[in-house]
Amino acid sequence: MTERRVEEERRGFSRRAFLQGAGGVAAASSLTEAVHAAQDPASEVQRMRGPEEVELRVNGGTLPATVEPRTTLLDALRHRVDPPLTGTKLVCGEGACGACTVLVDGRPMYACMLLAADVVGREIRTVEGLADGDGLSPVQEAFCEKDGLMCGFCTPGFLMSATGLLERKPDADAEEVRRALSGNFCRCGTQPHIFEAVAEAGRRLREGGR
Amino acid sequence: MSAPRVTVPRSLDEALAALAGAAPETLLLAGGTDLMVEFESGRTAPRDVVSLWRLDELRGVRDEGGGLRMGALTTCADLLGSDLARARADVLVDAAAEVGAVQIQNRATVGGNLGTASPAADLNPVLLALGATVRLRSASGSRDLPVEEFLTGYRATARRPDELIESIAIPARPAGERRRFRKVGTRRAQSISKVVVALAATLADGRFTAVRAAAGSVAPTAVLLPSLAAELVGQPPDEARLDAAARRAARDDAAPIDDVRSTAAYRRLVLQRVLRTELGALAAGA
Repeated sequence: MTERRVEEERRGFSRRAFLQGAGGVAAASSLTEAVHAAQDPASEVQRMRGPEEVELRVNGGTLPATVEPRTTLLDALRHRVDPPLTGTKLVCGEGACGACTVLVDGRPMYACMLLAADVVGREIRTVEGLADGDGLSPVQEAFCEKDGLMCGFCTPGFLMSATGLLERKPDADAEEVRRALSGNFCRCGTQPHIFEAVAEAGRRLREGGR
Repeated sequence: MSAPRVTVPRSLDEALAALAGAAPETLLLAGGTDLMVEFESGRTAPRDVVSLWRLDELRGVRDEGGGLRMGALTTCADLLGSDLARARADVLVDAAAEVGAVQIQNRATVGGNLGTASPAADLNPVLLALGATVRLRSASGSRDLPVEEFLTGYRATARRPDELIESIAIPARPAGERRRFRKVGTRRAQSISKVVVALAATLADGRFTAVRAAAGSVAPTAVLLPSLAAELVGQPPDEARLDAAARRAARDDAAPIDDVRSTAAYRRLVLQRVLRTELGALAAGA
C-alpha cells in the first residue's frame, strides 16, 4: 500500500469529506458570490475554491505547490511539493502528538492544523532544513550522541521544537526545555535522553556553534 | 448541503465582504486548534469556511483607557511575550501559559477561544472574570458585547453570520483588585481542562467590596459564578464564609456533565475545592 493510501485510510472519511469538495461541485454559493460582487475583478483576492498554484517558502527556498484551500501544510509538504518533504510526520493528525511540528517564522506549530494557504509568504522550516549538507545542526548532533531517539518517528518534531526553543533562547533551563517539548510525544519513552540532548545542544550553541 | 469551500481573505475588508453574504452555518477559522480537530474527527460536518489567519489587522495588543485591547487573532504566545498584557491582564497571561503546548500557544487566539465557545476554552473564564467586552464587526458597523452576553450556550454565541470578532477589551484594573487563575487538567501541558477558575475581587477595611468569578468546563459554556458575589460582598473573608461561598457556587452556578475527561460529580467537587483554595489565597493577599 502506498504511503498516501495508508494516510488516506487512516484519516478515514471525515477529513476527506472536508478536504474534498471545492473542485468540481456546486456553482457559486451566496458566500462566493458576495466575495465576487464586493471585489474589484483585478484585485488579488484569494478566494480559493479549487486547486491553485502557490509558492511556499520552505527551508530558504521557494517551492511551487498545487494546493486546495483545505490542504493542510502537512499534506502540502508531504505530497504536493517536488520532491516531497516527508521528514515531517503525520501521526495523530489533530494537534496532539507533535510529529508534524515545523517552524513558521521561527515558531513551532503543528503542520496538521495549518492550512497551507494560510502560510503562503511565511518562512517555513522543516527537519530537512536543519543540516547544512552533510553537517548536522548542533541539535541533531546532540540527539545522535545522547541517543535521543529509539524508533525515530517522533524525532523530526522534537528536533523542530528544540530548534525553535534554542534559537530563541540558547540558555533555556531544564524546566524551559521540558515545557518547550511538552507538545511532542515519544511513545518509546526516550524523553530523558532527549532532554539531555537539548541541554547539550544549548551548551554548544552558547559556545558559538552554528 | 453543497460542497465546502474555504475562503482565504487577505484583508479585513475582504473578510467582511465575504461574510456579508455568508450562509448562516459558515465557520470562521482562526488558529484552528479546535476546528481542525473537529474536522479531523468528523464531528463537524463540512461547511463553508472563512479562514481569518492572514488578517494581520486583527493582531496585536494596545493600551485602551488604562486597560487592554487585543486583536481577535492575538495568540497565547503573543500574550506571553507582551509586557503590556502582563501588566494589564496578568491572569490572562497566566491562563495563556497553561493552554496546550508551545505549538498550540503559537496558534490559539483570544478571538478563537470566544468564537468557538467551547466550555473548556481556558481563556474565556478569565475574560468573564475581568469584565471583558467583545467587539463584533460587520460590513455595516460594529458593536460591543460583554463576554457573558456574547457566550450564549454550548458552542453558541451572539455573533451574527455577517460578523467577525474584531477585538476584545479588558477594562482598567479597579484599584486594589486581586486576581487568581487556576486550571485543573490531566497533566500540566497539552491537556483539555476538567475545571478552570478565574477570580477577581477587591477588599477594603477587611471586607469584600467586589467579587467577580467565572469557571470553565463546568457548564455548557464558560459561566460567571454570581453566588460568590452574593455570599461574599460586604462580608469579611473568614473561613466559614469562604467555605459557604465555594459550596454554594459549586452547587448553584455550575452544571457539569459526565464526559470522556471527567465526571460531573468530580468536577463539582473540584470546583468547590479550587474555589475555596483560591479564595483563601486571594483573601491572604497572594
